[in-house]
Amino acid sequence: MDDGEGTLSIALLSGTDDKLSAAALLTAGAAALGRKVDILLQYWALDAFRAGNLTKDHGLAPEAGPDGAAAVRRLLASGGGQHWSTVLDQAKQLGEVRVHACSLSMDLLGLDRSDLDPLVDDVEGVTAFMLTADGQLVFI
Amino acid sequence: MTEVATDQVIDARGMACPGPLMSLIGVIRQSQVGAVVEVWSSDQGSATDIPAWVAKARHDLIEVVEDAGYTRFRVRKAR
Repeated sequence: MDDGEGTLSIALLSGTDDKLSAAALLTAGAAALGRKVDILLQYWALDAFRAGNLTKDHGLAPEAGPDGAAAVRRLLASGGGQHWSTVLDQAKQLGEVRVHACSLSMDLLGLDRSDLDPLVDDVEGVTAFMLTADGQLVFI
Repeated sequence: MTEVATDQVIDARGMACPGPLMSLIGVIRQSQVGAVVEVWSSDQGSATDIPAWVAKARHDLIEVVEDAGYTRFRVRKAR
């Protein structure tokens, strides 16, 4: 049910849980409305998508501070907040969501395709990513 | 309003955004056209997100009822 609003392209660089969560939530919202979503994993975000790494503690962005960290812990402890990887997995089941690993970041981190979690669909370069970026491009 | 029977209730109280909406979408997808699904949510985002999705997906939002600490959204699968 794509209404021609174009693909939501997310260049996901950050590897902290708050930013990974923000990206997963945006993806789920867009997928719910029938938007295609393309995520390019770069740098520390890619590291979080290594096999076995998804649900590890990735910390929070520095601006969270102690109060922010306590608020996030409360949300998780309440059982109401789903892990970002679960939200992303649901979004992938819901709509057309593709997760790409940036080839340069793969080299940087010394990773092979087999090192990545199955949530990652493929490895591609930035040009291939930009080729399908016909809508909004957001950086997280 | 005429009373409409509910076919399925999803108790998503306590779930954070976007859990209640995701649950609703999953159940609506598996339901027959005409089915009425009710989702209970205590998540504030649901107040905007559930009506937005229902409109976009072109189903019918039959009613939104505020209850003690949560909201009940009744949705009919229209297509």
